[in-house]
Amino acid sequence: MKSSRLIKIATQSILKNKMRSLLTMLGIIIGVGAVIVMVAIGQGAQSMIQQQINSLGTNLIVISPGSSNSGGVSGGAGTYNRLTVDDADKLRNESIFLSGVSPEIATRGQVIGGQGNWRATINGVSTDYQFIRDWDVISGRFFDQSDMRSNRKVAVLGMTVADNLFPGEDPVGQRIQLRNVPFDIIGVLAEKGQTASGTDQDDVILAPYTTVQTRLSGRQFVPQILASTAIPSDIEAAQEEIKAIMRESHGLAQWEDDDFTVRNQSDLAETAQGTTEVMTMLLLAIASISLLVGGIGIMNIMLVSVTERTREIGIRLAIGARGSDVLTQFLVESIVMSILGGAIGIMIGFGGSYILGEATGWSTTIQPATIFVALGFSAAVGIFFGLYPARKASVLDPIDALRYE
Amino acid sequence: MEDQKTAVIRTVGAEKVYDMGKTRVRALAGVDFTVEQGEMVAIMGASGSGKSTLMNILGCLDLPTAGSYFLDGVRVETLSRNQLADIRNQKIGFVFQGFNLLPRTSAVANVELPLLYDRSGEKINTRKLASQALAKVGLGDRLDHEPSELSGGQQQRVAIARALVTDPSLILADEPTGNLDSRTSVEVLALFQELNDQGITIILVTHEEDISKYAKRIVELRDGYIIRDEQVADHRRAAVDLETFTPVAVEVEV
Ligand SMILES: Nc1ncnc2c1ncn2[C@@H]1O[C@H](COP(=O)(O)OP(=O)(O)OP(=O)(O)O)[C@@H](O)[C@H]1O
Ligand SMILES: [Mg+2]
Repeated sequence: MKSSRLIKIATQSILKNKMRSLLTMLGIIIGVGAVIVMVAIGQGAQSMIQQQINSLGTNLIVISPGSSNSGGVSGGAGTYNRLTVDDADKLRNESIFLSGVSPEIATRGQVIGGQGNWRATINGVSTDYQFIRDWDVISGRFFDQSDMRSNRKVAVLGMTVADNLFPGEDPVGQRIQLRNVPFDIIGVLAEKGQTASGTDQDDVILAPYTTVQTRLSGRQFVPQILASTAIPSDIEAAQEEIKAIMRESHGLAQWEDDDFTVRNQSDLAETAQGTTEVMTMLLLAIASISLLVGGIGIMNIMLVSVTERTREIGIRLAIGARGSDVLTQFLVESIVMSILGGAIGIMIGFGGSYILGEATGWSTTIQPATIFVALGFSAAVGIFFGLYPARKASVLDPIDALRYE
Repeated sequence: MEDQKTAVIRTVGAEKVYDMGKTRVRALAGVDFTVEQGEMVAIMGASGSGKSTLMNILGCLDLPTAGSYFLDGVRVETLSRNQLADIRNQKIGFVFQGFNLLPRTSAVANVELPLLYDRSGEKINTRKLASQALAKVGLGDRLDHEPSELSGGQQQRVAIARALVTDPSLILADEPTGNLDSRTSVEVLALFQELNDQGITIILVTHEEDISKYAKRIVELRDGYIIRDEQVADHRRAAVDLETFTPVAVEVEV
């Protein structure tokens, strides 16, 4: 029989039983809808994390103390081989790939000024930090080399700090006290949002590390050094270079392991991506189960429908339908139903992920591939779960089927 | 084998035994029955005498449990399921005792159905052919009615239209007038006679002696045996009888 006739026969009988068809499709609709929403959430989360990692700055390289491969044991060793300002200076002076190097000396502390009190992270960094983090100043200026050299007590406020201490006014030119040391506010940073782990990056006060070391922390070691290259393709070479310079700076012998760790942004991204991938897989597994249940629903209804429509099958066989015609009719019916269900599911999935995206602020992206996979999968479900009932219908004896009450 | 070149239908000792565990019903007890091309046969007999059983075998819907059945010289028992399906589709028009129309399906779609399974590829405008067949049985204005929206007699005529639509060379009708009033019965018989005049072989089952008078030959069954098989010397012409019907009908309508 011609396929157009087959599809005609199948759609006729689907439309003849709208309610039953809809209920049959419901499983697939929910299954496909769920898969799409889940994938959208997963991809949304991933692109969110990607965005957050990018917000750390472009081409970022993080140097931290302690060996990466000996894990917890070297935590002890780390105490002997801390990073120092000298390491940072050496990197800046000797490297050819790095375009910016900055120590990062973070302490948390009480900030007094403007409207009152606030606890914030006080970050001692160099002038390169603005470039490394790719962080705009929206008001005032960032500190410069002369501020650094003279250990000036100047500070640049993150958005959160500025909003909380100086709501509705420009803090530039005002004064704050950090641990009872007065600092002049010379600039306000643009908003950067949260990190992947949910820390507010704008809840920060930047000051020259020289000032922070002498006035606030009083410690000579540097918890971590940030660096960046001008172009992404230099990152790998830069990492090798950093290792060499650092080994030399720490006076490590040939046989000694690194007593520091150099990671780039994609290393950071991978760790974060890994967790969201696990989450996505988990969601996908749950959604797939609902798709499976949907498929079984189709099979169930098709089986019931074969019994219920025994007389119809008998009539078709009696007037000259071959077994294969009946088989294809039922198969096409189940495929049409599951593809139709899949299409409705896709639409619901789109709507669902749009609403979810609006609600969470995540960019729930849906890729065209998802649609094809979803449609293909529904068709496969239709074939797989439609085959058994269809076969059952096709081997009926015409007379028995006609007599069936 | 005897001469069987023109025999459309030939059963040799056809038996049908329904084995239901405890009891065995012998619906056909060895039937030798031959029908030549162009015959119009009425099969009569009491209820349960085996008429439908015989028709099902003749219509290739069922196979005899013993004996054999030749259709156009071909031994039906040797054919495959698909071959039987194709014969039912192309050669035979079957009118079932209980109409057997698809529920919730329009009259025209019901009549169209056999054409959808046609494998010759010649039946292209299936909808049109179906409408024409319905017009032939006087239901040209009921194309889109579903069986539940039609009277018993109209359903019967839809079933007849479905049997005609494929232009079969053999029409098997199991009580085609069972649900019709006498005038419509005669109309249907006129249609059958017209088809028969064109050379189509017709076998119909009926309870009524009156109806059987329109056939050229009457065969009577009892308990699975043929107990009577005679030619009707001068069978009635339905078309002629309709003319005498007409004045009455007109009077009623006026
Ligand atoms: N599927 C079946 N299983 C068991 N017995 C059957 C079956 N079909 C028919 N019979 C029996 O075979 C006999 C003949 O039945 P059949 O239907 O041929 O009668 P019929 O002459 O067509 O009767 P009616 O005029 O009532 O239609 C009956 O005794 C019936 O009970
Ligand atoms: Mg009967």
